[in-house]
Amino acid sequence: MLAHSIFFYFFSVIAIFSSLMVITSRSTVNSVFFLILDFISVGCLFIMVGAEFLGMIILIVYVGAVAVLFLFVVMMLNVAEQKQSWFIGRQTSHIPSGLIVSILILLELLVVVGGWKYKDNLMSSSTLSLSNIPNTHQLGLVMYTEHILYFQLAGMILLLSMIGAILLTFRQRTGVKKQSYIKQISREPSSAVEIKEVEFNKGVKIDE
Amino acid sequence: MLEYLQILGNEIYKILFVLIPILVSVAMIVWLDRRVWGLVQKRRGPNVVGPFGLLQTIADALKYIFKEIIIPASANKTVFILAPIVTMTLALVAWAVIPMSEDLILSDINVGILYLFAVSSLGVYGIIMGGWASNSKYPFLGAIRSAAQMVSYEVSIGIIIINVLLCVGSLNLKDIVLAQQNLWFVIPLFPMFVIFFISALAETNRPPFDLPEAEAELVSGYQTEYSGMMYAMFWLGEYANILLMCAMGSILFLGGWLPIIDLYPINLIPAPLWMVLKILFLFFLFALVKAIVPRYRYDQLMRLGWKIFLPFSLFYVVLTASFLFYFEKLPKGNF
Repeated sequence: MLAHSIFFYFFSVIAIFSSLMVITSRSTVNSVFFLILDFISVGCLFIMVGAEFLGMIILIVYVGAVAVLFLFVVMMLNVAEQKQSWFIGRQTSHIPSGLIVSILILLELLVVVGGWKYKDNLMSSSTLSLSNIPNTHQLGLVMYTEHILYFQLAGMILLLSMIGAILLTFRQRTGVKKQSYIKQISREPSSAVEIKEVEFNKGVKIDE
Repeated sequence: MLEYLQILGNEIYKILFVLIPILVSVAMIVWLDRRVWGLVQKRRGPNVVGPFGLLQTIADALKYIFKEIIIPASANKTVFILAPIVTMTLALVAWAVIPMSEDLILSDINVGILYLFAVSSLGVYGIIMGGWASNSKYPFLGAIRSAAQMVSYEVSIGIIIINVLLCVGSLNLKDIVLAQQNLWFVIPLFPMFVIFFISALAETNRPPFDLPEAEAELVSGYQTEYSGMMYAMFWLGEYANILLMCAMGSILFLGGWLPIIDLYPINLIPAPLWMVLKILFLFFLFALVKAIVPRYRYDQLMRLGWKIFLPFSLFYVVLTASFLFYFEKLPKGNF
């Protein structure tokens, strides 16, 4: 158990430290790097409690895809100056809304953790049978059978938001030359090159 | 306490037993790559240092070690130094779950294939970090290109893995290999194998998809500002990644350590050797492709990933699932 607790404290200290650095570091790109470190250490914590599927999915989805997009946005847009003004300027208008959101999240956490403490049989009342089956198999057993409706609903919501995002940024540009791959591939020497006998002092007309 | 130290020592011994052969084989594989490339172009390739030029890579590595490391004045120093370390570490860390035979495996975890997928999707960070921290135009363009490319092709690799998992019913790499005892997945899932091979080329930034370092347009892409040992680490990490993709391909499709047919003279060859032979075969294909195929244009690359590979592999998932369901061949899992 000693090694286990050493690893637990190692990962949780890194997670807390990096989440603090996300909001305090001056450079936005560094913030994103710390966010990635945070995701990774949280994923490791998930693996340590035996939820290896969840941990791996956090690594694949959040670190491998979402955080890359974050990095893109932060590197391409110049958000560094905005963040600087948070530290130096006197723009306090953000603080009340931030406070409201964080208090709400704290309340929600209290409700969840409190409910868990208050009602001991919350875990045993769930339909999952906690046995020696690895949790990937367990998820697979209930995801597409009992909870298929919620699963499909979540997928639908994601699809809708994706279509919405594409619609918002879509603009039809006119006068753009598009490449036709079929034309390019099906070019052949016989149609591309033509050999002509040129008479002296006459020249050739191209593209008649 | 002593007990823990003993366990730790034992683990470190095992890890070195995996790491050192990989580093040596990376050196050899670079030589093989250049040699095949040369032979295709009717050159000799490296043949001076050591027998058949085998020690060429070691000579190159020595040269890199003794060169000065130059860090650009306007670069972000920490990230600049971290980038090659990240690339190299991630390329080596993935080998922990690769089974070389039924018991020659460092850590036999339940979600082995997810682990491999996760680590290979983290590989993009080394490149983005290097490109951004260099604080220069060409590296940044190269990094952005390669990040977009790697994220796009990961999607199709993920769906190809789903195809294989449907036939296996387990995420464990050992189970995936053992499920191929009767029939390697390359036969029923041949189109997926082809797409996996091409996506692996794109994922490891190999020609014809080496746009991140397209020397004609971007000098040398994200590696432009790197020199000395740091450049060498990018380079070693890249080749370790290529080897990893070959290992993944041979586990998913070519039956890992299993012999071609389980008959007397053939199954005398030990299991790890079969695995090595399959990895080498896939790498030989990688090297041939590098020598033969010209570089893709960027829009063609994106079109291939999103408009052709993604729909086709999704369609194949449906096909595989319906086939398995209709003939009641779906794996039930062992519990």
